[in-house]
Amino acid sequence: MRLSQSWIIAAKDLKTLRKKKSIVYLVALIPVFVAILIPIVIGYVGQKKTPAELVVLLPAFLFFYVILGSYLSTPIASYTIAGEKLEKSLEPLLATPTTDGEILFGKGIAAFLPPLAAVLGGSGLFMLFMDLTTKGKLGYYYFPDWNSAVVILLLLPLALLMSVQVNVIVSSKVTDIRAGQQLGALTIIPFIGVYASGELGLINLGDATTLLIIAGGLVVVDVLLFFVSTATFRREEILTKWK
Amino acid sequence: MIETNGLTKRFGGLTAVDSLTLKVNAGEVFGFLGPNGAGKTTTVRMLCCLISKTSGEARIGDYDTGRSEDALKIRKLIGLVPDNVGLYEDLSAYDNLDFYGKLYGCTEAQRKENIQRFLTMLGLWEKRDAMAGTFSKGMKQKLAIARALIHEPKLLFMDEPTANLDPESAKTVRDFILDLKKEKRTIFLNTHNLDEAQRICDRIGILSTRLLATGTPQELERALSGGGGTRKTVVLLQEQATDAIQAGVRQLPRVGGVTAEGNKLEVALSDPDKQNAAVIEAIVKGGGHIQSVTIVSASLEDVYLKLVREGGGS
Repeated sequence: MRLSQSWIIAAKDLKTLRKKKSIVYLVALIPVFVAILIPIVIGYVGQKKTPAELVVLLPAFLFFYVILGSYLSTPIASYTIAGEKLEKSLEPLLATPTTDGEILFGKGIAAFLPPLAAVLGGSGLFMLFMDLTTKGKLGYYYFPDWNSAVVILLLLPLALLMSVQVNVIVSSKVTDIRAGQQLGALTIIPFIGVYASGELGLINLGDATTLLIIAGGLVVVDVLLFFVSTATFRREEILTKWK
Repeated sequence: MIETNGLTKRFGGLTAVDSLTLKVNAGEVFGFLGPNGAGKTTTVRMLCCLISKTSGEARIGDYDTGRSEDALKIRKLIGLVPDNVGLYEDLSAYDNLDFYGKLYGCTEAQRKENIQRFLTMLGLWEKRDAMAGTFSKGMKQKLAIARALIHEPKLLFMDEPTANLDPESAKTVRDFILDLKKEKRTIFLNTHNLDEAQRICDRIGILSTRLLATGTPQELERALSGGGGTRKTVVLLQEQATDAIQAGVRQLPRVGGVTAEGNKLEVALSDPDKQNAAVIEAIVKGGGHIQSVTIVSASLEDVYLKLVREGGGS
C-alpha cells in the first residue's frame, strides 16, 4: 500500500470538507461546548460532593470525550464515502491506479484527523476548566495525570479509528448519507456502555490497567475492521448497484 | 491496443456482454454503437479493470485485464470519461485536475503544463478557479475529458461523451476528439450518435449484448446492400410496380436487389450514376411510367437499425 496515494485522497477530502460548514461547525464546536458545560455542572454539583467522590467522577467525565470522538467521526466518514456516491465521482476515482486499500485508508485519514484535532483541543480545554473548578475542593490540579494521558492519547484515537472504519463499512453498503450516519452513530453504544459501567462502579475508569485492557481490545477490533472494510469494499457492487 | 476474445459478463442470470471478440488497433478511433442496455458501458468497465469478467480474455497493450497485478498498470495506461462525469463539485476545475494528476503520479511541472494545455484547448482556462459545481453540463463534460487526459494516456475510453449536450457543446467535444485523433491516441468511443460515429470513427462495432458487426462505416454500409452496391435508386411510378417491371430491372447486370412497395421501386446498385439509364429503360420497357428517380445512400443508420433489430436489440 502506497501511503502517498492515500494521503492525496485524504488531502482532497479534507479540502472538500472545509466547505461543508455544517460538518465543520458540528465537529469544532461540540467539544468546546462540552468543555465549558461539564465544568459548570461539576462546579455546581461538586459543592455537595466530597473530594473522594469528585476524584471518581472526573476520569469518567474525561472518558466522555472518547464517546464524543467516536460520534463526531460519523458525519465525516459517511460524507467521504457516500458523498462520492452522491456526486457519482467514485467511478473515475476507481479508474485511477489506486488500490481499494489506498482509497479506504485515505478516506479513513480524512475522517480521523478533524475529529481527533477537535476532541484533543476540547479535552485540553475541559481539563483546564475542570482544574480551575475543582482546585478549591481538591487542593490540587487533578489534570493532567497518567490516566488522562492514556484516555486522550491512546483510547481516543483507537475509538475514533474504530468508529471511522465502521462508518466506512456502513457507508459503502447503504444507499444514502443519512442512513449511513444513523447506522454509523451506533458505534458509540459500546463506549456508552463502558462509560455507564464506570459511573455505576462496575469498572474503574481511573485505573490504568482497566484503561489499557480497553485499549488492547480496541487494537484487536481496529485491525479486524481494517480487513473487513477492505474485503467488503467491492468495486463491482459500487459501480453496478449504486444509483 | 485492445484485444478481447470471447469476453463475457453475466450479472446473475442476465448476460450483459456475450462472447465479445474484438481488436482495436493503436492510434485508431473505435466507435462502439448499441442501444441502451447493449453492454457498452459494461464492456468499458471490464476493459478498465473496474469490474471483473465472467469468462473470456481481454488485453490492453501487453497487460491482461484478468490479472490483478496488471490492473494498476492498465489503469495507469488509460483515461476514462465515464457516462456520469463525477466531478468534485466543491473543488475548482484546476483542483479537480490537479487531484487526478497527483493520483496518476504526474510531477508538479507536468500537472501545471497539462492542466493549462487541456483547459485552454477546451476553452475552460479562464474558468479554472471556478467551482466545478457552477459549470454547465457541457463545461463539466469538457472538464471530465481534461481529467481523463491529465496523465497523457495512450488509450482513452469515452462513454457517451456528447450525450445530453447542446449541439454547440457536442460539436466542441467532437472537434476535440478529432484533435486527439491527430495526436494518434487510441480512442474507444461508446456512443448512441450514429452521425458522430460516422464522422469521428475509423472503425465501428455494433453491439447488442453480442457484437453484431465491425468495420469502417463504408464497409458496414456496403454490407447492408448484400455486397451488391453501396447506394440505391428509388423510382416512383405512376402505377403499381408490377412483376414485369421488377423482373426487367432484375435482369440488368450488377443489380444488388430489387424491392417494390406500391408504386415505389428500390434498386440496389453499385454505381447508380452510370446504371440509372439502364434501369429507367427497363422500367419503361416493362410498361411503367416514371414520376421521379432519386439516388439514396444506404446510411450507417440503416445498417445499425437492421443489425440491431435482427440481433434482438431494442
